[in-house]
Amino acid sequence: MDQKNKFMNPYLAGVLLGFVLLATIYITGRGLGASGAMKSVAVTTVKATSPDHYESTAYYQDYAADHPDGPMKSWLVFEMLGVLIGAFLSGALSGRLGLKLEKGPGVTNTTRIIGAIIGGMLFGFGSQLGRGCTSGSALSGMAVMSFGGIITMFAIFGGAYALAWFFRKLWITR
Amino acid sequence: MAPLIPEIISPEYNYLVALIVGLGFGFALEQAGFSSTRKLVGLFYGYDFTVLKVFFTAGVTAMIGVVLLSHLEMLNTDIIFVNPTFLPSAITGGIIMGAGFIIGGFCPGTSAAAAAIGKLDGWAFIGGATIGIFAFGEVFPLLEDFYLAGNQGPLLFYDVLGIERITFALILTAVAIFAFVATGMIEDKVNKKPVHILSGNWKKKTIAAAIPLAVVLLIMITPSRKEFTMEKLEARAAAGECKPDLIDADKLAFELMNNYYHYNVIDVRSPEEYEEFHIATAINIPLDDLHSTAYRELLNQRIQTNVFYGASPAQAKKACLVARYHGNTTSLALDVTAEDFRNTFYGEINIPENPTKSEQTVALFRRRAAEKMKEIEANLASREKPVQKKVTRVQGGCS
Repeated sequence: MDQKNKFMNPYLAGVLLGFVLLATIYITGRGLGASGAMKSVAVTTVKATSPDHYESTAYYQDYAADHPDGPMKSWLVFEMLGVLIGAFLSGALSGRLGLKLEKGPGVTNTTRIIGAIIGGMLFGFGSQLGRGCTSGSALSGMAVMSFGGIITMFAIFGGAYALAWFFRKLWITR
Repeated sequence: MAPLIPEIISPEYNYLVALIVGLGFGFALEQAGFSSTRKLVGLFYGYDFTVLKVFFTAGVTAMIGVVLLSHLEMLNTDIIFVNPTFLPSAITGGIIMGAGFIIGGFCPGTSAAAAAIGKLDGWAFIGGATIGIFAFGEVFPLLEDFYLAGNQGPLLFYDVLGIERITFALILTAVAIFAFVATGMIEDKVNKKPVHILSGNWKKKTIAAAIPLAVVLLIMITPSRKEFTMEKLEARAAAGECKPDLIDADKLAFELMNNYYHYNVIDVRSPEEYEEFHIATAINIPLDDLHSTAYRELLNQRIQTNVFYGASPAQAKKACLVARYHGNTTSLALDVTAEDFRNTFYGEINIPENPTKSEQTVALFRRRAAEKMKEIEANLASREKPVQKKVTRVQGGCS
């Protein structure tokens, strides 16, 4: 791998990320998040495709009450737009742009895509039950020393470790 | 004092701030290598601990920053968002997310970083996550009880352990450094390389580990800005400087009877004591909270003179000094305790036999004052309470 494509030193990247999070807390009083933006997309889709269902379901109506200007007018949607732009810029600077698929040595492209979709579904579902994902609950929770946030962090990483052996064919063995 | 929104920066800019911090977030994630799914899952097979290094470093950096800003009174940690604790759903949701992590190879934030640079599996993961969230919405009625079970509110980890915040910060920092060393060794062993974490460049590594520990220790041994201010105030008061002006009970009663609207009477005892008895028109700000920026405007009203009273004259004087420290020059301290004031006016007021004229006048005045103060209090109670500025906790999280 040539120098240009190299990733940043992880500790340096961590300090950078830590300062971004600290600045967020300092300016807005809240932490970072990610899954919330996907919730906005999910709710918007429901609203557009089946308005009757949207109107009659308490879960969506609660969400609408919290977001009076529509589900897309949410802090996390704007933050995630920033993430997409920021990551794109970083990828462009380090020469990592390009349509690619990354996978373990022993899996086909189809398996990888199906795995990503199923994993995404589980993560999306779990993030709603656990009130936030790795960013919103674990990372931001750790910064403010929230009990629930740090417990969620242990549960995410503990769960993944516990299951890693069963899914080793997806990642390390042929 | 921060958070800057909504007091210093208008909430209208919040979306712009979101976009900008998102930019930094995405940049940092991508630079760290979080757009690479094999790097992410490396953590679970031991060949690449980048996730742990970046994640823990970021968490500890932000946490120390929060503690430091709070120590310097630059950030009000009472109102920042703290993720609420619901243990059953947090643990179950976390394990489901863990399964999603190992099967999908991403978490939501990193999948976005991957998608942004063109990774197709990143897009697939985002699509899956959106479906998963939709599925949760559809089955929510079935899960609602479980979702809401065990609400403990914005619980803090150090309160659960019953230790000081800064002690917890020190422990977490030490754990992180230990984890970095240990995983560095494991990583090299798994990749069948010589273990190099403790060799080579050890000076730099030691300094890097010592900086966060030093910051935490410094916070531990230095007084917070509030403690520092109070110490300075007390030293000045002890040296006879800045004597607070005193007001006696009869004078205060007289002023309340005739022009109470010129006075801002503040009870600095606990809310319980205040509930039990308080002087007419008084509001309650416990002495420990008086320092808070939330009350600064209230203490510096030009047309009203502050009158402090407490469980002891010393308490009232201290409150008066705090107000003075924050720029109010007209504050007064009541020279008797709340209890004395109560006895003076609402206790038995006896006129001795063969009273002197002044004794009689005082007794009659006090009886009349008691009536009048009750009247004022009753009138005020039926009116709207004075507008108290309520500082509310910021809403956040992933909703």
